[in-house]
Amino acid sequence: MKFSYFPGCTLKNKAKILDVYARKCAEVLGAELEEIENWQCCGGVFTTAKDEVATKLSSVRILKEALRKETDLVTVCSACHNVVKQTNYAIQTDKEFAGKVNRYMAEDEYNGETKIYHYLELLRDVIGFDKVKEKVVNSLNGKKVAAYYGCLLLRPNSVMRMDDPENPSIIEDLIRAIGGEAIVYPARNECCGGYVRLESPELANKKSNNVFNSAMNAGAEVIVTACPLCKYNLEKSGCEIPVVYITELLADALGVKEDADEQ
Amino acid sequence: MQRIGVFVCWCGSNIAGTVDVEAVSEALKREPGVVFSTNYQYMCSQAGQDIIKDAIKEHRLTGIVVCSCSPRMHEATFRKTAAAAGLNPYMVEIANIREQCSWVHKEMPIGTEKAIILGKAAVAKVNLNTPLTPGESPVTKRALVIGGGIAGIQTALDIADAGFEVDIVEKKPTIGGKMAQLDKTFPTLDCAACILTPKMVDVAQHEKIRIFSYSEVSEVKGFVGNFDVTIKKNARYVKEDLCTGCGLCTEKCPMKKCANEFNLGMDTRRAIYIPFAQAVPKVATIDPDNCNMLKNGKCGVCAKVCTAGAIDYTQKDEYIEEKYGAIVVATGFNPISMDKFDEFAYNQSKDVITSLEFERLTNAAGPTAGKLLRPSDGKHPETIVFVQCVGSRCDACAEKGKEYCSKICCMYTAKHAMLTRDKYPDTDVYVFYIDVRTPGKNFDEFYRRAVEEYGVHYIKGMVGKVSPEGDKLIVQASDLLADKQLKIEADLVVLAAAIEPDKSARSLATMLTASMDTNDFFTEAHPKLRPVESPTAGVFLSGACQGPKDIPETVSQAGAAAAKVIGLLAKDKLVGNPCVAHSNEMMCNGCSSCERVCPYGAITYEAKEFRMPDRTTLVRRIAVVNPAVCQGCGCCTVVCPSGAMDLKGFANEQIMAEVDAICK
Repeated sequence: MKFSYFPGCTLKNKAKILDVYARKCAEVLGAELEEIENWQCCGGVFTTAKDEVATKLSSVRILKEALRKETDLVTVCSACHNVVKQTNYAIQTDKEFAGKVNRYMAEDEYNGETKIYHYLELLRDVIGFDKVKEKVVNSLNGKKVAAYYGCLLLRPNSVMRMDDPENPSIIEDLIRAIGGEAIVYPARNECCGGYVRLESPELANKKSNNVFNSAMNAGAEVIVTACPLCKYNLEKSGCEIPVVYITELLADALGVKEDADEQ
Repeated sequence: MQRIGVFVCWCGSNIAGTVDVEAVSEALKREPGVVFSTNYQYMCSQAGQDIIKDAIKEHRLTGIVVCSCSPRMHEATFRKTAAAAGLNPYMVEIANIREQCSWVHKEMPIGTEKAIILGKAAVAKVNLNTPLTPGESPVTKRALVIGGGIAGIQTALDIADAGFEVDIVEKKPTIGGKMAQLDKTFPTLDCAACILTPKMVDVAQHEKIRIFSYSEVSEVKGFVGNFDVTIKKNARYVKEDLCTGCGLCTEKCPMKKCANEFNLGMDTRRAIYIPFAQAVPKVATIDPDNCNMLKNGKCGVCAKVCTAGAIDYTQKDEYIEEKYGAIVVATGFNPISMDKFDEFAYNQSKDVITSLEFERLTNAAGPTAGKLLRPSDGKHPETIVFVQCVGSRCDACAEKGKEYCSKICCMYTAKHAMLTRDKYPDTDVYVFYIDVRTPGKNFDEFYRRAVEEYGVHYIKGMVGKVSPEGDKLIVQASDLLADKQLKIEADLVVLAAAIEPDKSARSLATMLTASMDTNDFFTEAHPKLRPVESPTAGVFLSGACQGPKDIPETVSQAGAAAAKVIGLLAKDKLVGNPCVAHSNEMMCNGCSSCERVCPYGAITYEAKEFRMPDRTTLVRRIAVVNPAVCQGCGCCTVVCPSGAMDLKGFANEQIMAEVDAICK
C-alpha cells in the first residue's frame, strides 16, 4: 500500500517525534508513506481566512501532487489535516472557489479528486485496528490513557467525517487495540485554547486546565493527542501527567520506539 | 376541425409581470384550429369566466385553452365554466404559464417565448381532444381510521355519531396514544387521563365503532368510495372475547424484568401485560419476545390462573379483509432518538431524560407514582435544567435533527417548569431557549405565569454541553442577553426532543399512494384550503401525522377530517374520472404486461371470440380495463408492446402532438 504523505511544518520542527514515529509505525504495519516533494505549509488555519484563496493554494498543490502520483494522501497533524481536508471539500462543493483556485494555478484543473486519510483513519479504515493489535509486541498493559481530540480533528463533521464529534471513539479504539485502558472523560473534545495563547495566556490556561483536570479526575495516567498545538498548550498550562502523541504510544507498543529514537 | 378559443390570464402581475400576455394571445391566434384569442386580468374571476362562456357561445367553440396557473389550481374551475356554456368539460386544456413559467423566469422575452410554446402545445392537444363522460361508482358507507390516539379517537367518534360505521386500527395493545402517557395538559392543567379516558370508553361502547387493537393495515386496494383493506391482527395469545381484564395473569407471570414501553423503559412489566389501568380494550397481551411458554414451552402460569380460559398460546396472526369508503390517517408522532445528540449526554447519564420521560416521572401512574425523583439514585433533584429545541430548528445540523419547529415544546416545557416549581418550591428550574413561541389561546399568558409567578429562570441561549461528573451534571451554556458563559451544576436535565412522524407512516403512504413531504409528514391537498384531505381522493389526515400539533389543534383537525368523511359517505354515488385506460382489442396480443404493472388491479384478461375473414372463429385472450378501478396513471400504456393500451384524455397521439408543438 503506497500513500502520499504530508507531514507539515511543525512536524519538521517542534513535533519531530510525531512524524518520525508515524513513519516508523506505518512501515511496520505495511503502509508505505512517500513524502510529497517540495511541499509547503498547509496554509494555516482554514476558518480564519475562508475567503482568501492564496493561502489555500499550497494545500491544493499537495492534493494535486497526490493525484498526479495516483495515491491517496495521508496527514497526521490535526491542524494540517483540517486545512487540507477543508480546502479539498471547498473545491468539491464551492464552484466559485474552485474556479478561482484553478485560475491561480497554471497547470491542469483540480476538482477535489484526492482522497485524504488522517493517520488514525489509515489505522482504522485501511490497516484495521485488529491488524494493529496483532503487531503489538509491547502491550500497554492496561495503562490508563485519556484520548484528547481537541477541536480540529473532528470538526466540522460535515467535512471531516471521521467520527461523532460529540462522542468519538477512534482514539479510544486504538488505545484498546494496543493494550491500554481508554479513559473516557467529558472534556476530551473541548478546545485547548489554540492560538488564543498568543493574545490571552490566561484564557488558554483556563481551557487547557479544564481538559487535563477532567482527564485526571477520571483517573488518566497519560494523555494522547494528534495535535502539536494541543500538546503545547496542555504542557504550557502545567499539565501534571505526560502528554504524548498517538504515534509515540503506538511506536512503543509496536516495539519500534527505540529504533525511531536513533533516527 | 376544432374551433378553439384561447384565454390568456394575467393573474394580476403574477403572470403579466414576466410574460407579455398580449403577445401570447396574438401568437396563439395563428395556431391551427384557433378561431378566438384574448387575455384578461383574472380569468378565474366571475367576469373572466363570463368572457369564456360568451366566447364559447358566440364563436361556437368546440375546445378551449386557458393559459393560466397550474391545472391543480383551477382546472376544475374552468371545466365547470365550459360545462355551464354547454361545452364538454374535457375539451378544456390548461397551459401552466405561472408556476412553470412566469414564476421561474425573470426576463420578459424568455418568459413570453416559453408561454407561447406552452400555449401551442395545449392547442395541439385540444385539436385531438374528444368529449369524455365520467362514469359513476357506488360508495361503501364505512370509514377506516388508522391510529387510535386522540386524533383517531376524535375522528372516529365524530364519524360514528353521524351514523356511519367506523373501524379503528391501532398497532399498540390499547388505544389512547401519546396523550395517555401525558400527565397534565396545557394551558388549563387538567389531567390528560381525566379528559382522555372517558373518550376511550365512548369509543369502546359506541355501537358503530369497532377497535382492532394490536393490529396493522397490511394492504390497501381500490379507490375513493371503494377501498379493500387487509388488516393484520397480530397474535396477542389472549382471546379478546373471553379476557375480562382482571389482571391476575399480569400479577402471577414470573417474567418480571421486561422493559415497560408505556413508561418508556423506566420500569418493568411482566411478559403478559395490560399497558395501563384504563386501557381500551382492557385485554391482556403476551409479549412473545419475553414469554417463556412461547419461547421454549416451559411455564404456562398465566393459563393456569386465568379463570376465563382466555389464554391461547397457539393463536396465530389473523388477516381480516374489510371494505371502506374513506380512510383517515391518524398515525401520530414520536420524539426523535437522542443518539445523535451526545453533547447532551443522554446515553451517558440516566439523569438526562426526554420531556416525554419527564411526563411519566411526574404522572401518578408512572414509575415513581408521581414523585419527581432522579432515575439514577431516586433522590429529589434540586436543580433542573430544561433544554428546548433539541433537534428542532436545526439547519446547520439537519443531518442530526429536523429543520422545522416542533411547535409543542415551548408550551409543555413551560408546563413542566411551572408544575415543578409548584410542587417542589425548593427546586431551581432553568429553561434554555432559542425563542419562546407561545401563540394560541391563553398560551402566552401561561408562559408568563411560569416566569413571573413561579420564578422559573428562562435564559435565552443554548446548552453547549452536558458532562456527567460524579452525581452532578455540569451544564455548560450561554446566556445571550447577558453575554455570559454559564456553568450550572444540575441534578436532572430534561431535553425537549423534536418530534417526527411515526415510522409506520412511510409504508402506509406507499400503500395509500398518499404523498409525504421530505420529513415524512403527510401532505395535505392544499396547505390553506384543503388542510385535512390528502391529494389522494378518499384519504384524509388527522393529527400530528400531517405536522406537529398540540391537543386542541389535533382535536379540531380530527373533527374537520370527520366532517369531510361524513360529506363523502353521505353520497350514494361518486362521479368518476373519465381519463382512464382502454385497450384496443384488435391490437391486444394478450401478453399480460399491463396487468402486471397496474398498481390498482384494474386490468383483467378474458377470452373473446373473433370472426375471421374466412368465416371461422378464433378465441383470443384480451385485456379489459375496469374503468371504475382505473386511476388513469398510464403505466399500462407505457409497457404495452403492441400499442393497444391508451389513456383517454392523455392519448399517445395527444402527447406526441404536444411534444411536436414544443419542438417545432
